[in-house]
Amino acid sequence: MNKYDAIVIGAGHNGLTNAAYLAKSGLNVLIVERNPYIGGATVSRELYEGWTYTNCSYVSSLLRPEIYRDLNLARYGLQVVPFGGGATLTQSGDYLGSYTNHEVKRREFARHSLHDADAYERFSTDVMRYCRFIRPFLLRTPADPTSFKPKDLSELFFLGKNLYELGEEELYEFIRFFTMSVAEFLDQYFESELVKAALSGSGLIGTALGPYSPGTAYVLLHHYMGDIDGNVGAWGFARGGMGSLAKALAGALQEHGGELRTDAPVAQIRVRNGRTKGVVLESGEEIDAPIVVSNLDAKRTFLKIMDQKDLPDEVVERAQNFKIKGSSGKLNIALDGLPEFPQFPVGCPLIKGDLHITENFEQLERAYDDWKNGTWSKWPYVDMMIPTLTDPTMAPPGKHMMSVFVQYCPAKLADGDWTPDKREAFGQTVIDAIATFSPNFKDLILHTEVRTPHEIEAEVGLTAGNIFQGDLSFDQLMFNRPFPGYAQYRGPVKGMYMCGSTTHPGGGVMAAPGANAAREILADLGRENITPEDFGDD
Amino acid sequence: MTDRYDALIIGAGHNGLVCAAYLAKGGQKVLVLERSEQVGGAAITREFAPGFKVSACAHILHMLQPKIVRELKLKTHGLNLNGPPIETISLAADGNKLTICRYNIEGAEVSDTDKVAYTRFIKRMERHARALAPQLLKTPLRLANAGFGNVIKLAGMGWDIRFGLGKKRMRDFLRIIGMNIHDLLDEVFESEALKGALALDAVLGTAMEPRMPGTVVTYLYRLAGGLKSIPTLPMGGMGSVTVALADAATSFGAEIRTAALVETVLLEGGCAVGVVFAGGEEVRAPTIISNADPKTTFLKLVGARNLEAGLAHRISNLRTSGRAAKLHMALNSLPDFTGLEQDALGNRLVIAPSRKYLEHAFNHSKYGEFSAAPAMEITIPSLADPSLAPAGKHVLSAIVQYAPYDLKGGWDAQKDTFVERVVDVISAYAPDFRDKITTVECLTPVDIEREFGMTGGHWHHGELAIDQMFMMRPTYGTAQYRTPIDGLYLCGAGAHPGGFVMGAAGHNAAQAIIAGDK
Repeated sequence: MNKYDAIVIGAGHNGLTNAAYLAKSGLNVLIVERNPYIGGATVSRELYEGWTYTNCSYVSSLLRPEIYRDLNLARYGLQVVPFGGGATLTQSGDYLGSYTNHEVKRREFARHSLHDADAYERFSTDVMRYCRFIRPFLLRTPADPTSFKPKDLSELFFLGKNLYELGEEELYEFIRFFTMSVAEFLDQYFESELVKAALSGSGLIGTALGPYSPGTAYVLLHHYMGDIDGNVGAWGFARGGMGSLAKALAGALQEHGGELRTDAPVAQIRVRNGRTKGVVLESGEEIDAPIVVSNLDAKRTFLKIMDQKDLPDEVVERAQNFKIKGSSGKLNIALDGLPEFPQFPVGCPLIKGDLHITENFEQLERAYDDWKNGTWSKWPYVDMMIPTLTDPTMAPPGKHMMSVFVQYCPAKLADGDWTPDKREAFGQTVIDAIATFSPNFKDLILHTEVRTPHEIEAEVGLTAGNIFQGDLSFDQLMFNRPFPGYAQYRGPVKGMYMCGSTTHPGGGVMAAPGANAAREILADLGRENITPEDFGDD
Repeated sequence: MTDRYDALIIGAGHNGLVCAAYLAKGGQKVLVLERSEQVGGAAITREFAPGFKVSACAHILHMLQPKIVRELKLKTHGLNLNGPPIETISLAADGNKLTICRYNIEGAEVSDTDKVAYTRFIKRMERHARALAPQLLKTPLRLANAGFGNVIKLAGMGWDIRFGLGKKRMRDFLRIIGMNIHDLLDEVFESEALKGALALDAVLGTAMEPRMPGTVVTYLYRLAGGLKSIPTLPMGGMGSVTVALADAATSFGAEIRTAALVETVLLEGGCAVGVVFAGGEEVRAPTIISNADPKTTFLKLVGARNLEAGLAHRISNLRTSGRAAKLHMALNSLPDFTGLEQDALGNRLVIAPSRKYLEHAFNHSKYGEFSAAPAMEITIPSLADPSLAPAGKHVLSAIVQYAPYDLKGGWDAQKDTFVERVVDVISAYAPDFRDKITTVECLTPVDIEREFGMTGGHWHHGELAIDQMFMMRPTYGTAQYRTPIDGLYLCGAGAHPGGFVMGAAGHNAAQAIIAGDK
C-alpha cells in the first residue's frame, strides 16, 4: 500500500497551495522540493547578514483572497501591507507621482496634463471593468473549445453569456483590448509621454515584448487584477518578505497533515502502463503515489523529469515549442542607509512606493530592441522599491534593503552564455542608472545580489528565468495554456497533473493554478470540491 | 421629385467599381463619382517617365477573387490574366538565391529537411487559410444587440471551424493565430533565409515586424485571399483590372463621372441623401456608398460634428499610418542580379534575407526614421508586358519597407536620401543597377495620401491587424458596410476584408445593400 495518495513536485507557492488543498480534503500528501528551502520564487533569504532579501518575487497583490481566507493564511503569519503609491522619475529632474489619495493623485496628474487627469478617471473605470470581467475566470478551469463534453459546453456558455452581457460596445472594446499593444491602448486616453510611459510598465514586466507589441495591453490587465483588502489594483509587501507567503502556505499544509521534504530533487516521474506510479529522487530513492502533481513549468515537466517514451509525440513537440523567454533581471541590494532622491520634496511619501525609471515609449521600446539584439537594456526599465520603509523587519535598524526589478535582460546573450563578468556588467548598468537619480546611492551599497535569467533558472528552476513559467501571449493563455488539449491541469498520463503558473491563469503569485489543479484532482477522485470557484467578492 | 439614381458611389477605385457593377447588375441605377480624370483609384497604370508605365500601388495580382472575375465577366471586358505565373525569389547578395514556389522550394542553401518541412508547412497553413477564406466574401457578423440570427450564425461559424478542421487542427489553429510568425517559423524550419522570406509575407504592407503577435494572422490572411488564384502580373498593369471593371459596370448600366470631387455627403434628418461637389453642385440618391477610407468618409465627407461622439472617437483612433513606399524606376536595360538568370527576373524578387533584417528595418520606423536597410518586393513587369516600356528598356517597381508616413523631419527634405538608400540596397544584389537607372519616381506614404486620397498613405485604408479586422473593421458598428447614418455605406478597403486588389469589400457591400433593399 502506498504511504501517500499524492506527491507534489516543487514547493513554490502553487505547489504548496495545491498540496494544502489536497491535504485539507483528507489525502496523504507529500511535497518534495529540490532546494534546502521552500518557496520557489516566493522566497526570502538572508544572503547578507542581517538583511532579508526577497530574492525573486517582491510584491503581492494577485494572491487570490479566497485562498488567503480559505487556507487561513493570516493564522500562519501572512500579512500583506499595502505600500503607498510610487513614482516615475525622469532624467530632466521631474517625476510623476502616484499617490494613494485620489485627489492628490489627480492633482499630480494635472500638474503634467489637465487632460490626462480627466482621462485617468476613464482609464481606471475601463480597466476596472475588464478586471471585474476577468476575475471570475481566474478560479475556473478553462473550457476546451473543441470539446463537446457537458462541462466544457457549459463553461463555454458561461463565457459567452458573460461576454454577451457586457453589451455591444464593451464587448468589442474588450475583444480589441486583448489584441492591442499597451502603447495603442494608452494613446487612446492620454497625451503626456510621461503619463503613458509610467502606466505602460505593467504591460511589460516579465514579458518579452515592447510597448508597441500587440498583446501587451493584456499583460497590463494581468497586473491590475489583484487587490489588497478589497482595493482592486493595489499592491503590497508581504511582511517579512515574500517567503512569509510560502511559510504560511506550508503552515496550512502541515496543519492538515501534509508532509514537506526539502533537499529532495526529483529525477523522474515514474510511469507504468500509462499510469503514474510515483517519483524517483535524484538520490535514487523511489516514492510511490498514484497521483503526481508537477509545479514545474511545462518544459521542465515534460522534457526533464518525464521520459519521452511515456508521452505522446504531440506533447513532446508542444513542450519543445513552448514559449518561455527570459526577459527580466533582479538586483537585491543591502544599503547602509536610506538613499536620497533629490527630485522629491523633503518628506515626500512617494519613496515608500515603487519607483520607476522611464520617460517615454521610445525609451522603453529601445530597451526592448536591446533585448531582441541579445543584450541587456543599456537604459533599462527599472521597478525599484525599498520595502524596509514599510516593513523594518527586513534589515537592521536604520539600514535598508532595496529590491530592483529590471527589464529587459535576455536569457541568452548574442555573444554567448552568461559569465560572472557579464553578470557584474549587467548589475553595474542598473546601478549606474539608479545612481543618476540618487547621488549617495553607490556609497550606501554594502552588498548586491545580481540575478539574470541565468541565475533565476539555476536557483529557482524557472526555464529561461521566465517569471510567469511561460510567456503570457494569446497563444499561451486560457485553453492554450500550457498547450491546447492539456489546459485543464491534467497531464497526458493518467494520474499526472500540472499545478504551476505554466497553467491557467498564469504567473504573478496568484496561487490560482494550484487551487484549480486541486479542484480537478478532487473531481477525478470523486471527492467533494473544497477549493474556491468563481469569484466571491464582487 | 424622384432621384435619377438609386445609388451614388464615391470613388472609382477597384472596390467602388466592383460594388457599382454588382448593384447595376442587380438593376439599380448607379452613378460612380471619381475625383481624378482616370478611374481606378490606386489600382491604375500610370506613365511616370516618357514611354514608361507602371502599376501605381499594388503591382502583383494574387488575390482578385475568381468569383468576381467570373460573375462580372471581367475577361470579356478586357481583363487579361494570362501573364506568366510568378514565383518568389528571395535574393541573396552572394547569388545564392532561394526560390519559393507554392508547394516546394529550391535553393542550394536549404536543407532537405527544410524542403520537406516547407511542403508540410504550406499545406498546414493552407488548411487553416481555408477555414478563414469563406469569411472574406461574407459580411462580418455583428455581435450582441443584433438578434438571435447572429447568434446562430456565430455558432455556425464555430461549427464550420470545428468540423472543417477537426479537433486537432482546430487546436493548432486556435494556438497559432495568437502567435508571431518569428516563433512559428522557428518551430518548423532551420534555414534563416527561408524564414526571412516567409516572414516578409506576414509583414508586407503592415506596421509590424516578425516578432509581433498577430503576424501569423496576417500571413494566413494573405494565403486565404490567394487560395484560388495564381499570382501574376496583370497585362497592361494594375490599371487593366479597373478598366475592365469600369467597362463591366457601364455594360450593366452604371454611369461613371470622372473629375467629380465630392466635398460632402449631404445629410437631411440624420440620413444621407446625396452628395455635394466641390463646385457646390448637388446630386441626390437614397443610397450613398463611400469607397473612400473611413477617416475621409466619416471625418471629412460626413464631418465629425455629425457623428455620435463614440464613433467619431473610434474613427479618429484608427491606425492608418502607412509604412510602405513605392518606387518606380525607368531602366535603359536589364540589371544583372548576381546569380539570377535573365528569364528569372520576371518573378517576384524579394529582399528579406533574414527575420533580423526585417526587424532591424522595422526598428527605424518605430522612431520615425526610414529603414537603413529596407526590405523590398520587386517586380520588372516590362519583361512579361513589353507595352510598359519603350523597346529594349524596362520598368522596375518596388514596394519598400519601412518608410513611415510621419517621418521625423518630413519627407521633402529626406526623399532623395531615401531613394539613394534603396538604390544602394538593390545594388548589393545587382552591382550594375545604378548605371541602368534613367528616371526614378518615389511615392512615400505622404505622396500616396496626396495623390490617391488615402489617409496616412495606407494601402489598406487602415492597418490590417487583428484588432482592426473582421467585425472590427473599420470599427464595430460600421463593420457590416452599413453605417449609423441611414443611407450611408462603406465599400472600400477600410471595410472587411481590407485592401489588396481583392474586390471583396466592394462585392460584400453590394450584397449587403441588395439584401437590405428587399
